[in-house]
Amino acid sequence: MSDAKTEAKQAKPSAVGVFFDELRGSSLLIPVLAIVSGLLLGGLIVAVTSKSFYEVWSTSPLQAIGNGLKAAWESYVTLFAGAFGKPSKIIDAIQGGDALEIRRAFNPLFESLVKSIPYMFAGLAVSLGFRAGVFNIGVEGQIFMGGIFSVWVGYTFKGLPPIIHIPFAFLAGALGGALWGFIPGLLKAKTGGHEVINTIMMNYIAYRLTDWLLREPMKRPGSTNPISPIIEDSAKLPQFFENPIRFHLGFFIALAVAALVYWFLFKTRWGFDLRTVGANPRAARYAGMNIVTGTIMAMSLSGALAGMAGANELLGVNHNLSQTFSPGYGFDSIALALLGRTHPVGVILSALLFGFLRNGAVRMQASAGIPIDIISVMQAFILAFIAAPAIVRTIYRLKEPKKAEAEFHVRGWGGS
Amino acid sequence: MSATTSTLEPGAVSVPQTRRRVLGFAFLGVAAFIWLVFLRGVDPTMDTTMRLYPGGSTVVLDDWVFNTQAMLWIMAAGCAALGAFQLVRGFGRRTGLAFGLVGGMFVFAFLSWAASGGTLNLAGMLRIMVVRSVPLTLGALSGILCERAGVFNIAIEGMMLTAAMIGTIVGSISNLWIGLLGAIVAGGLLGLVHAILSIKYRTDQIISGTVINIFAVGITSFISGKFMQPMPQFNDPGIFVPYEIPLLSQIPVIGPVLFRQNIFVYGMFFFVVFLTFMLFRTRWGLRHRAVGEHPKAADTLGVNVIRTRYMAVILGGMMAGFAGAYFTLGSVGKFDQVMTAGRGFIALAAMIFGNYMPVGAMIAGLLFGFSDSLAASLAVLRVKIPSEFLLMTPYLITMLVLAGVVGRAQIPAAGGKPYEKE
Repeated sequence: MSDAKTEAKQAKPSAVGVFFDELRGSSLLIPVLAIVSGLLLGGLIVAVTSKSFYEVWSTSPLQAIGNGLKAAWESYVTLFAGAFGKPSKIIDAIQGGDALEIRRAFNPLFESLVKSIPYMFAGLAVSLGFRAGVFNIGVEGQIFMGGIFSVWVGYTFKGLPPIIHIPFAFLAGALGGALWGFIPGLLKAKTGGHEVINTIMMNYIAYRLTDWLLREPMKRPGSTNPISPIIEDSAKLPQFFENPIRFHLGFFIALAVAALVYWFLFKTRWGFDLRTVGANPRAARYAGMNIVTGTIMAMSLSGALAGMAGANELLGVNHNLSQTFSPGYGFDSIALALLGRTHPVGVILSALLFGFLRNGAVRMQASAGIPIDIISVMQAFILAFIAAPAIVRTIYRLKEPKKAEAEFHVRGWGGS
Repeated sequence: MSATTSTLEPGAVSVPQTRRRVLGFAFLGVAAFIWLVFLRGVDPTMDTTMRLYPGGSTVVLDDWVFNTQAMLWIMAAGCAALGAFQLVRGFGRRTGLAFGLVGGMFVFAFLSWAASGGTLNLAGMLRIMVVRSVPLTLGALSGILCERAGVFNIAIEGMMLTAAMIGTIVGSISNLWIGLLGAIVAGGLLGLVHAILSIKYRTDQIISGTVINIFAVGITSFISGKFMQPMPQFNDPGIFVPYEIPLLSQIPVIGPVLFRQNIFVYGMFFFVVFLTFMLFRTRWGLRHRAVGEHPKAADTLGVNVIRTRYMAVILGGMMAGFAGAYFTLGSVGKFDQVMTAGRGFIALAAMIFGNYMPVGAMIAGLLFGFSDSLAASLAVLRVKIPSEFLLMTPYLITMLVLAGVVGRAQIPAAGGKPYEKE
């Protein structure tokens, strides 16, 4: 208990304070360099796979390199415009004064924010797991469970006022995810079955379950496609602007949940116990902390956060369940959580980055013909550089850090 | 995992009393299930017909026709007898065998019941089972190679996917065999990446595997979308046709099932035998396993831990590359985005279910391949069980195995820990 008090005193500075401390220290250098390197390598791939590069390569390599760089530059400009909107278009629209045109001009920016919301929830889910020493690789399955539960509540209950229906559906999603996190948590705590394997398996169980639900019980009547009915209007998360901007309440829910996670992890005794179990289970056991409850709680909470990602997507954007509503948010969020140093503030910033990248890449695919999958490649590079900072240090000739870096190591398959 | 149970001595497992009883009751439960659910709904005059040669076979046999009810009685009685023996005496070391027998009888009872009054092509189903098990078994062998040396490999999926694509491209511009080689090299290179990240830079092995999986999905979809879809000449490698083994392929039932297949099936059998021999009968294998169990001791005795692990992961990558080539060169002959569809993770499951043994992995692979082929034939049999639930079985079984309900996987003791020389 006294430990908890001192810990609470030490963690006095606000979230913003922590952020600026980190900015001044060198701990932000590696993430920034990782992002820069990831973008550069992505650009390199775009360059060498551009037609203007490989068709000229055999005749004049120098010109080919120039062409390739130009292609990469142009696609990043498209990506940037897709993510933030074109400045010229925004100025024209404001001068023109037409409300619809203004909304259209600002739409890319808001769409990027919309895309970053599921990343926030999923990133928080992975981070909370890491803090408690469990590797929740099953966020994707938990997102699906959250989606299933929230959509079911969304279309089954009719005539509820939004003030009741929205929280009901949203929390149902959290419950679905929590259930999918609770099972591997329980298995790890009671039998030692490793959560990495169990959550991978539960991802696929969730996919198959979704397939079946959409084929039989939850199928939209009269539809030939495997999709669920559309949720009631009273369950839809309110949007703040008119068509085409889809920016919705989920963004602020995500920020509030991030604050809640911060408070829970760093300001409560439960959070302190959880982090101690994660950092040093043996010490936690000596201090009389309950490892079994800790692990189960961590996995359930992590699952609940992931479930919220699913609920958010379906209540805020898609409004019905299909097999393709998540483009792999769960897996991307592993990279994201580590990029954000598993801290809620870091997670929000990384989620914004990933959201802007993904939205910009949609535009890049449409207008420059570059498959959106290039951002997965970039994210893989970013994750590699974050997880192996020594590579970044070798590339940029940085000095070894004085204090040991936080390394993430998963304990053995068999637990204990 | 306690330190006293060692994988170096296979078979030295004591079966606790409670587990014996639980399994005994479970066997009796299976017997009761066959009796209650299958037997009571069957018309006593109904027959089940099983066809014993797959379509296109030259060895034609008469169909095997039997009375459904009689067969179900035999199966129920068999399960009950095994259950009773398990309760009273226990099978001891042969528990796994008894478990397999009960499972087999249950599946056969299910098939007889589902096909009663109709015809089921048993041989065709077995053939599909063998084919579907190939990537699972080979992927599991890849995992065994890595994890026996103490490096977790959850990147089997990504390695297979990348190899499938590289094999297709290389095969399209040269020939099949060079394509296969390209796939193996691609797998080996990703293995090298995994090794560098997790051994040299001591990245967490799960994260390193995740890097490869994300990268593989991204790069294959990118290249497929940018080049292979607009330019189909890069996506037409052809396929390895089945090769009939003389004489052996003429054996009734098992001939067409086992000996009229392509090189990937033969490769699977070869590698299962070869790897078992190498891992458990050679000095190389002993060192390999020692590095996975107790790297410090191995190091003290002069084994180069780092080099052994590098080799293990690269070989594992090459094995995954061979498995990946199956998807394109051995099966459909063209690459599609994310075509491995999670097979790499079922391979991981097969590895755990097979207790890190090559033969065990193949049995698990065949079992999971069977659930796959059963799911495909459920529609034909008009059974009211959603095929999705059958497709879930590999995952559920793996979770049960990990939880220690059905046997207990013996995980290499040093798995997941980067080695640091002191």
